Amino acid sequence: MSLHTTLWINGETYALDADPRTTLLDAIRDHFNLTGSKKGCDHGQCGACTMIVNGRRINSCLTLACMHDGDEITTIEGLGQPGAMSALQEAFVRHDGFQCGYCTPGQVCSATAMLEEVSQGWPSHVSEDLEGPAPLSEAEISERMSGNLCRCSAYPGIVNAIRDAAEGGTT
Amino acid sequence: MTAHLKLDKPQSDRLGDMAQGVIGRETPRREGPLKVTGRAPYAAEVGDGTEAVGVFARATIAKGKVTKIGLDAVRALPGVCAVITDERLLRNPAQGTANTAPVQGGRDVAYFGQPIALVVAETYEQARHAAHGLEIAYDAAEDAAVTPEDAEPESLESKQIDIGDLDTAMSHAAHSMDATYTTPSQNSAAMEPHASIAVWKGDELTLHGSYQMLKFNRNELADSLGVDPEKVQIKSPYVGGGFGSKLGIAPEAVGAALAAKELGRAVRVVLTRPQVFEATMRRSETRQRVRLAADADGKLTGIGHSAWVSNLVGEAFSEPVAQATHFTYGGANRSYRHLIHRVNRTCAGSMRAPGEAVGMLALENAMDELAHAAGVDPVELRLKNIPDRHPEDDKPYSSRRFADCLTEGARAFGWHKRNPTPGQTRDGEWLIGLGMASAARGNILSESHARVTLHSDGTATVETDMTDIGTGTYTILGQITAEMLGLPLDRVNVALGDTAFPPASGSGGSWGAGSSGSAVFVACQNIRAALAEKLGMEEDQLTLTEGSVIRNNTREPLSAVLDDDLTVEGHIEPGDTSEEVQQAAFGAHFAEVAVSAVTGETRVRRMLGCFAAGRILNEQTARSQCHGGMIFGIGAALTEELVHDPRDGHIVNHNLAEYHVPVNLDIPQLEVMFLEERDAHANPLQSKGIGELGISGAGAAVTNAIFNATGVRVRDYPATLDKVLPGLPDI
Repeated sequence: MSLHTTLWINGETYALDADPRTTLLDAIRDHFNLTGSKKGCDHGQCGACTMIVNGRRINSCLTLACMHDGDEITTIEGLGQPGAMSALQEAFVRHDGFQCGYCTPGQVCSATAMLEEVSQGWPSHVSEDLEGPAPLSEAEISERMSGNLCRCSAYPGIVNAIRDAAEGGTT
Repeated sequence: MTAHLKLDKPQSDRLGDMAQGVIGRETPRREGPLKVTGRAPYAAEVGDGTEAVGVFARATIAKGKVTKIGLDAVRALPGVCAVITDERLLRNPAQGTANTAPVQGGRDVAYFGQPIALVVAETYEQARHAAHGLEIAYDAAEDAAVTPEDAEPESLESKQIDIGDLDTAMSHAAHSMDATYTTPSQNSAAMEPHASIAVWKGDELTLHGSYQMLKFNRNELADSLGVDPEKVQIKSPYVGGGFGSKLGIAPEAVGAALAAKELGRAVRVVLTRPQVFEATMRRSETRQRVRLAADADGKLTGIGHSAWVSNLVGEAFSEPVAQATHFTYGGANRSYRHLIHRVNRTCAGSMRAPGEAVGMLALENAMDELAHAAGVDPVELRLKNIPDRHPEDDKPYSSRRFADCLTEGARAFGWHKRNPTPGQTRDGEWLIGLGMASAARGNILSESHARVTLHSDGTATVETDMTDIGTGTYTILGQITAEMLGLPLDRVNVALGDTAFPPASGSGGSWGAGSSGSAVFVACQNIRAALAEKLGMEEDQLTLTEGSVIRNNTREPLSAVLDDDLTVEGHIEPGDTSEEVQQAAFGAHFAEVAVSAVTGETRVRRMLGCFAAGRILNEQTARSQCHGGMIFGIGAALTEELVHDPRDGHIVNHNLAEYHVPVNLDIPQLEVMFLEERDAHANPLQSKGIGELGISGAGAAVTNAIFNATGVRVRDYPATLDKVLPGLPDI
């Protein structure tokens, strides 16, 4: 049995005819050969598969592709290219916010959406106040990025990269 | 042309004579743009989408025999192409540097979760469904040993060592301590699960895998399959973390190769996360008894370190717990015991710093306990006990700025502010404490080859089957070449991770950079010699910088003096310097923790590591390696524990939600200091390994800080809330 689904990925239309059990992650990796999104656990526990769907970051291993007909999806491939990286991607390279690189696409997608959440004033578990703007402290970045595991443990570099990119800096 | 260096003599600092100025410098990872944009292809991602997909069905008993596999029912399911039950399937991965097949044969079950059959189908969804449905019948053995206590330990003769008389030293000691520590099973939990795509062309196999040590892995894979290693090629240009878990060939590679051969098409096998936990490698649980005897001043008169570890039957590896205890501190009377329980649990193998990672937890906790009992500052106690020569075989040390790490680290951290009486500092709900521990990790040189070509256009290429598992190899091999040949870094191309290239040491044991980098160095040195000869000058008079040769105060581009490419294969081998001196990297960890007086939860507020590991090849990637090690140490101290079911030994928390590796909010900004050092005995780069130094002792600094904060001494790792809470004062 196969289901037909139309996905908008990085601004392009992709037609999927796949087993209804196919996750969004597997559809994009295995059917469209966009392998930048990683499968670290397939249980929504590590964040390596993070994509931005209709503006929100999600674990794409935890949702079925057939549930996303017509949805707008941004994967790591849509955020930049080696010769034309986003500010966050450049900051990750500069601050060594990764080592093996396997969790990195998920970290970058997650951070991209997270900064948008902050700009919209969403509070986090460590926010002092549930109302008003959320200042981008080290603790705020760390808390909001704690759904993305990094076993190489580049956390200090990840925090510095995000802070640097958010401040528009190049240091 | 080939060039060979056997390290029988200390080496001069030739790199330091060079003019390019790129070695050591903070240099971002060269493959970084590929990784941050999702364009670096990892093993499971190089197929063309036509591969069949394999999923393992695994044992649900701890010990016994498979009597029947319900092949027919599963073969009838949609999409199923094959069910592989070949006797060549691996029971568990090969140990690091094994170079031969591990135990094979899917019918004899030795642990819960062992791969029994590989179900192959057109799609992942079909293969997963069919594998879950495969019925396997067993004749279960009654005598499974699912906990270490179930099996009388074996004693490894070479590791039962007595020097002097520790018992007498203990009874005469002014201060002594005798305590037992336990550490649980742990998992490397690299973010990329083990993955292989196997492709046969006739009798030639190409395996796209995620492996750390390709020259060994190729032989292990060939031996497992019963084919000539010359017919096997392994490619691992990008490896999503290893930490020891990808040292030896693993079940998915052999399963993919067997299935691909049977089906005559490419097959992809990626382990699921629970399979990574259960069917690859764990670090053994340990029980450790440490005894320390000291005189009235705190000078050690004796050390004892006894360890009980476990592994499967037939495995030569056993966690070398006391490895650093042999050479870190003095004391005339010394005693070691090393015992191995043969258990029916997931195979035990190397995980980051096998030995030191857990051995130094116990040793460094014991030193802290002794310091407290003797009323000596913990830093001072260590300084007092640094031996002049190796305390057991009287060898001299190579470079060793251990004392400087302790004193300079203490100064930078503000150690003097520590109140030696526990439980005295409070910040609202939080009890604050400072702790420290030493770091030590032996240094090893491993045989390695690399081919370097200086092209006539003034660019260079490095080729070796060395891997970059996040360690920075692409970058540092480029830096070594650029420095030696006087090239801007962007003119050096580094190709790694393919057994078609000259065989390197592989990544493991912290020896990768020093070994593979030395092979590159040897090749470059000979390219320099060839170039000097061509120019009619001595090699040591040759100045190369920015792609030019400088002679007679004039600068000529390399492309103007080269008619042809110059290619040299460099070959480095360990020699007498590995035997004549004790080589190790040293350091000191300092941690500040806050322990909740209400819940017993520990938060690390600050941590500093001060390290001396010879020449630092790239300060940025080296610092990241130390961060990684220190954070592994924080995980070991506070959260990481594989829980085995006492009924069948299976790993209960076989996933990343319940095996708690540190997350971003668990980790503050860490400080890493490197002390300037060169080690002439280690290798011609004068560098020492750094990938495992950061974890060695790190967790003990955290638990020693918990003691300083609360007065609670947790000797059963990890120091979770439930173990701290009962010892806290009433609120």
